[in-house]
Amino acid sequence: MADEEDKSGAGVGKLKGSKQTKRAPRYFDDRSDVTSKDKHGNEKPSEGKSADEKKKSGKKRTSAPDGDHADTKRGKESWDSDEEKDPFPGEAPVKEETLARYTRGEGNKVKMRAKTAGPKLERKTMEKKFHLAAKQAARAELLLGEDHGYLEASDDEDTSQLSQTDIADAVDISAAQKHFDLKLDKFGPYRMNYTRNGRFLVIGGRRGHVAALDWMSKKLLCEINVMEGVHDVKWLHVETMFAVAQQRWTYIYDHQGVELHCLKKFNNVLKMEFLPYHFLLATASSTGFLQYLDVSLGKELVAINVKQGCLNVMTQNPQTAVVHLGHANGTVTLWSPNVKEPLAKLLSHVTAVRSIAVDKTGTYMATSGQDRYMKVFDIRAMKPLQVYRMSAGAGQLAFSQTGLVAAALGNVVEVYKDCCSNVAEKPYLTHRLRNNISGLQFCPYEDVLGVGHRDGFTSLLIPGAGEANFDAFENNPYQTKKQRRDYEVKMLLEKIQPEMIGLEPGGVGQVSQLTAQEVEKREQEAVQKKFEPARKKKGRSKSLKTVQRTKGVEEEWRRMKVRQKMREEEEKRKKQQKDQKKKEKWGSALDRFQRKDN
Amino acid sequence: MKIKVLSRNPDDYARETKRDIQRLPRNYDPSLHPFEAAREYTRALNATKLERVFAKPFVGALDGHRDGVNCMAKHPGSLSTLLTGACDGEIKIWNLASRDCRRTIQAHTGFVRGMCVTPDHSNFLSIGDDKTVKMWSLTSPDDGEEEEPVHTILGKNIFTGIDHHWKDPTFATCGQTVDIWDHARAEPLRSFSWGVDSLNCVRFNPIEKHYLASCAADRSIILYDTRGSSPLRKVILNMRSNVIAWNPMEAFVFTVANEDHNLYSFDIRRLTSPFNIHMDHVNAVLDLDYSPTGREFVSGSFDKTIRIFPLDKGRSREVYHTKRMQRVFCIKWSLDNKYILSGSDETNVRIWKAKAAEKIGKLTPREESSQSYNDKLKEKFQHHPQVRRIARHRHVPKEVYHLTRQTRIMKDSKRRKEQNRIRHSKPGSIKKKREREKVVVAEQE
Repeated sequence: MADEEDKSGAGVGKLKGSKQTKRAPRYFDDRSDVTSKDKHGNEKPSEGKSADEKKKSGKKRTSAPDGDHADTKRGKESWDSDEEKDPFPGEAPVKEETLARYTRGEGNKVKMRAKTAGPKLERKTMEKKFHLAAKQAARAELLLGEDHGYLEASDDEDTSQLSQTDIADAVDISAAQKHFDLKLDKFGPYRMNYTRNGRFLVIGGRRGHVAALDWMSKKLLCEINVMEGVHDVKWLHVETMFAVAQQRWTYIYDHQGVELHCLKKFNNVLKMEFLPYHFLLATASSTGFLQYLDVSLGKELVAINVKQGCLNVMTQNPQTAVVHLGHANGTVTLWSPNVKEPLAKLLSHVTAVRSIAVDKTGTYMATSGQDRYMKVFDIRAMKPLQVYRMSAGAGQLAFSQTGLVAAALGNVVEVYKDCCSNVAEKPYLTHRLRNNISGLQFCPYEDVLGVGHRDGFTSLLIPGAGEANFDAFENNPYQTKKQRRDYEVKMLLEKIQPEMIGLEPGGVGQVSQLTAQEVEKREQEAVQKKFEPARKKKGRSKSLKTVQRTKGVEEEWRRMKVRQKMREEEEKRKKQQKDQKKKEKWGSALDRFQRKDN
Repeated sequence: MKIKVLSRNPDDYARETKRDIQRLPRNYDPSLHPFEAAREYTRALNATKLERVFAKPFVGALDGHRDGVNCMAKHPGSLSTLLTGACDGEIKIWNLASRDCRRTIQAHTGFVRGMCVTPDHSNFLSIGDDKTVKMWSLTSPDDGEEEEPVHTILGKNIFTGIDHHWKDPTFATCGQTVDIWDHARAEPLRSFSWGVDSLNCVRFNPIEKHYLASCAADRSIILYDTRGSSPLRKVILNMRSNVIAWNPMEAFVFTVANEDHNLYSFDIRRLTSPFNIHMDHVNAVLDLDYSPTGREFVSGSFDKTIRIFPLDKGRSREVYHTKRMQRVFCIKWSLDNKYILSGSDETNVRIWKAKAAEKIGKLTPREESSQSYNDKLKEKFQHHPQVRRIARHRHVPKEVYHLTRQTRIMKDSKRRKEQNRIRHSKPGSIKKKREREKVVVAEQE
């Protein structure tokens, strides 16, 4: 982005040199100050206006940070000499593809049959506002401070051959420190989880070792041994609490390792997912139950018997909060806490599903099975996009924020780039460990892949994996204690009710478009419910009589509808007849173009 | 081989000094902000709930009258001055800011029927059941001196209403006739009468200053031009109108408070039917006053409630009541559009907020922006059933609640009967009348 700015700066300089000969490209041609230049000496008001406009545009353009200097200079010059015009009049243009990223679908195009101009105008202004909002958001990209990481190989090189030491040697010290190894060979294999802002890490060993740490500064928050098997660990909404799925029950600890809760209803849990916006902890157990815990209330929301045996493959869709479960029969099922049946079922493999991952945008789902295939699906269309044959069935899959896919094949991590919409020929990066991998997650907002295995935990550098620019109102890696507290309160206030979880990401923002039959059916139901016979005097309100009366009224209503329909049809028929007659009498308007000779 | 790995400088994200504000970089990429609609909806719901939580409209009461408060007058030049007249002939002048009584005048024997302040802010006029119009000075007398009217006019009949011209030193009274008076003369300049019945309210149009409107006991509304010699137009409604009020921004719009529990808004260019019927009161409406913006008005009723209606809506947006407030005889909307003043039967004058949840006093910029954001959210999600239910819910006294239900049942039954009648007669023989067309009985010129 900085490059572009420089270019435009250079362009300005060049144009200034050849200002009389060359005209700058005009992006918005809606202003009529072309003529005002010709009349310059004669007409004062137009002169004043153009000068004003120049001043305005000069002011506007100063908002771009890098072009600041050049713009003020230009503005000054235009003040001095009335001859010169702003070479870039109007506001800076926004690229179409940038704009497309910020628009929420195309505008409302349903034809409106309003009697007055008011509603139409209102809608038009609304559309204009939406467009303006998208444009402003797109323009704000200029202000993003960080650039994404990258790894570019020359023609004879292969990025997958690069080792971690090569990468660590090539980058600066602070980045190189993010590649490290925790040797914990007594309590493994390890499961791990990063907080949503990527600042903190919790690891849980199969033999009871649980540790939480600020992994960047390598500061330990707590380290405990729960003296029991640990199946999974998960941070809750802030870094002060995490959940641990232990041998029998699920526990919640705080960042100092103090046990806060023991959830006895959540027993034999193998995998957990935390839905941060709904404050729900979803757990999948070996007894085949999918359970939801409302963390803000401390209550179990629902327990669903999935009826597919042991549940050890689970992930969530971050855009819809739908939970994806993988089963031994090769199916993937999608769940919301509101329905006791799966929202959707997908046969992805012929053998057991070993792992699932969903990307940040909620578009792609990657699954791997024991049949050594990795498949990528489009979740919105429920269609397979890519099928990859791997050297082994991937035990762990993970999506990065930029769409890289990491697969754990035994003791090897393979990272793929662009493997969803295109076919990736070979891995982007590979890394071989000494032992089988048991946990895999990309660290949010960092170019780091965390790997948990039998010998502890390894942090790998994957250039271009993390989102470079965070939004401090969503997740802030640099938040202070006070900010964290405020954020927690805000999040709690904005907690989304679990009833709103569904397959559609739009949810409440969408207009329900019922078909005519559905509307009619509803109306009929309403009619049937609506009539309640009034109680009459003694003896007149026997049940038979009331039923008879109700039936009579409903029958009458039905007849009325039929009669009205008949009347409408009759009118339609008459109109058609009339038109026909007219046509016979006068002929069609096109008849005059007929050839006279036949 | 070119490699770059993300490595942020923490100093770029921390504030430089403790006095600085925290840096909050933004990224508007929609994929970083999931559940956009759901979160916005939750915020809207919270904003609606908080509005109801903060809805504490009652500001204070002014007590001191010894009888029911019958009439009020706003001071056109001073927001803090209020004049009230009671049923025992006593007039009190209040300072609203300090909520105390500045002056008490025993002005009339019997009711004080009406008051108005002159446009030069020096005097005010009052009328009473003792058939007099008295002019009082607004500056209080010196210590030891007694309250004396500047001058007194003796009329032939009882005066029931008074209003001052918005600019000239003339005023109008009503009783058996509508009289136009000059400050300098003891006889009316002009008298208008149409029929024999008495009139109960007269109002000058604030924009077209020569126009007058009055309502009479014979169920009619009469329009006058003070430059002409005879009244212009007469509209007869089903029941008697108690008060008439002109819209201060639209010269051709007026609203009447009717005995049949409704308020009717008329356009004087088309008097055959009102352009809006405002329903919600369950008893006779006794007084109404427009907000200075002309978009809303407030009405006080015999059913012991105060309601605020938008001009373009048929239902009220707000209802105010307290356990102790009795029949509301007079109501005013303050000229800064912030407060509502009501006088009721149980001798108290009450001050209410015009927007129930509004914070009194200056808002900080952050408060202001969050307020406007919440308002927009409420507007955006106003049709969602949950939001609408919370926004609409008002607690009303038990009798009002039951009467509302009763009225609804009666109305439904009437409509059903009409439908049945139409269904069982020859098609076309009975023409269905719209609700608005039923209001006006006759229009006379």
